[in-house]
Amino acid sequence: MSGSATTQRMLRLEGIGLSVGYGGTNVLDNVDLAIPTGEITILIGPNGCGKSTLLKTMARILTPSNGSVLLDGKDIHRLDTKSVAAKLGLLPQGPIAPEGLTVRELVAQGRFPHQTLLRQWTRADEDAVNGAMDIAGITDFADRSVDTLSGGQRQRCWVAMVLAQETDLILLDEPTTFLDLKVQVDLMDLLAGLAHQRGRTLVIVLHELSLAAAYADYLVMMKDGHIVASGTPDDIFTAERLKQVFGLDAKVLRDPDSGRMVCVPSGTRMRSATPVTAR
Amino acid sequence: MSTIAAPNAGTHPVRAWSGVPVLLGVLVLAFLLHIAVGAKQLSLGTVIEALFNFDQTVFDHVIVRNLRLPRAVLAVIVGASLSLAGALMQGVTRNPLADPALLGLTSGAAFAVVIATSVLGLTSMIFIPWIAMLGALGAALVVYIIARLVPGGATPLSLTLSGAAISAFLSAVISVVHLLDQDTFENLRVWLTGGLAGRDITLLLYVGPPIALALIGGVLLAPRVTVLAMGDEVAQGLGVKTGALKVQLLAVVVVLTACSVALAGPLGFIGLVIPHVVRLYVGSDYRWIVPYAALAGAVYLLGVDTIARIAIPPREISTGIITAMIGAPLFIQLVRRRTR
Repeated sequence: MSGSATTQRMLRLEGIGLSVGYGGTNVLDNVDLAIPTGEITILIGPNGCGKSTLLKTMARILTPSNGSVLLDGKDIHRLDTKSVAAKLGLLPQGPIAPEGLTVRELVAQGRFPHQTLLRQWTRADEDAVNGAMDIAGITDFADRSVDTLSGGQRQRCWVAMVLAQETDLILLDEPTTFLDLKVQVDLMDLLAGLAHQRGRTLVIVLHELSLAAAYADYLVMMKDGHIVASGTPDDIFTAERLKQVFGLDAKVLRDPDSGRMVCVPSGTRMRSATPVTAR
Repeated sequence: MSTIAAPNAGTHPVRAWSGVPVLLGVLVLAFLLHIAVGAKQLSLGTVIEALFNFDQTVFDHVIVRNLRLPRAVLAVIVGASLSLAGALMQGVTRNPLADPALLGLTSGAAFAVVIATSVLGLTSMIFIPWIAMLGALGAALVVYIIARLVPGGATPLSLTLSGAAISAFLSAVISVVHLLDQDTFENLRVWLTGGLAGRDITLLLYVGPPIALALIGGVLLAPRVTVLAMGDEVAQGLGVKTGALKVQLLAVVVVLTACSVALAGPLGFIGLVIPHVVRLYVGSDYRWIVPYAALAGAVYLLGVDTIARIAIPPREISTGIITAMIGAPLFIQLVRRRTR
């Protein structure tokens, strides 16, 4: 449905001159970030580089000391937070469901921004919850308690909760952490589908470099509170950049089948230096 | 309490509300029963007649109206208040052991009342609820400030620990006051074990309005408590102003706890256990836990107080003792049956 040049260029979410500090030191220093609509933007960088802080500031959870975040051209920190929640969804890092909450109940909380005192639960809410569980593939255990599920299933529930919010913009903070690689890939496929088939705009903080390079339409590399490089993985995911940003010695290879980039760390201990006992 | 219907809440409002009429029915029955039994047994018919067709020349009607009705009303209000307050506390602090006593609220209120009556010599009932509220709020603030000073800030853990410490400290001070002043000890001894006997019902005139507001406020805020229980950042992402919400919830809990303490002394157990019992039936969404907890708490205190009145005639056992004595084994049995 999207893909026309106008919708691609129309900016929904943008950070301008953002500075955020905790106790005197700036975690973010004058950062500009424009989020391409209908695509997946992935933020990477070493621990403490400010990528999570940037995401939280873009999601109006943190207030910048300088600069502003514009949602549809308006300062997000001045907008009514509930009306923002109808446009922009956030999945924080490592959320924990209250004990005993069922999957359906968890997903239903995503409807909060659409409810008022008088309009508590409607057909639209019901449909949104069912639709979200369907997309996330968790309908089968809708009535099970969230804390009985595996890590990957649980993370799908949280994604479904954000989906039930029915926002065009979705921000996720390290959604794949602590998951098996296969589950990480499944989750990223799910998220990619949201952007590319359903026209949602995603901003994701990721730890896994190869995963980031594989799924990002727009890759943002951060270091020490600054954006060091941004662009398509093809343009910026290079060995030199990884050395510069992460201090990591690595090779960047291209998978001949998918064309995706893969990062292979060299490490200090060369393979040849640790003899493999042949059998 | 096994009569509570199991609505299997889910998210469907009609199904989830279906237990309310049942519980209301149980509440009415427990209410009438509470009035009917006692030193002079009355028939339910007499009770209903006295309530709806009062004849002041009939002695039984006078018993119902003047002696028993006030106490039953008190049981309903205090039971509902403490249970609802406990449910909110458990949600906000994400702590299953939370109850109104947790943040030092109960002991703060009790402490303030003891000091006001014994040290300052204040006896007018009009001031008691306000003094209790001040005490509860003061204790909550002290607990919060201490928790803030802990490295890591006011986490559920630091709040619980400083709450426990402050509660213990205030209880110790109350004991000291007692030891130094035998007279006030005699006066407050029964009050401090918690109970509904011989309470001044005129207090309801002052306590009623704030309690009613707080109960309504609690039920209205309940949907947000579930969101808040998923963590501050999730809640903020969903458009909840978490700071403002916590202040509102604290206000509701302080009013309910302090007014309950003013009415019936520091009654424990109800605020801790009833929300858990309710949870066994309606799930983990506070949207349903909170209103059901209020109803179940009222039913529970009515039932317990009925037993307190008739267990060893002609004397009475303090309700505060019975709440836990009967409640604890009942609760253990319930939990065992549900988890099996």
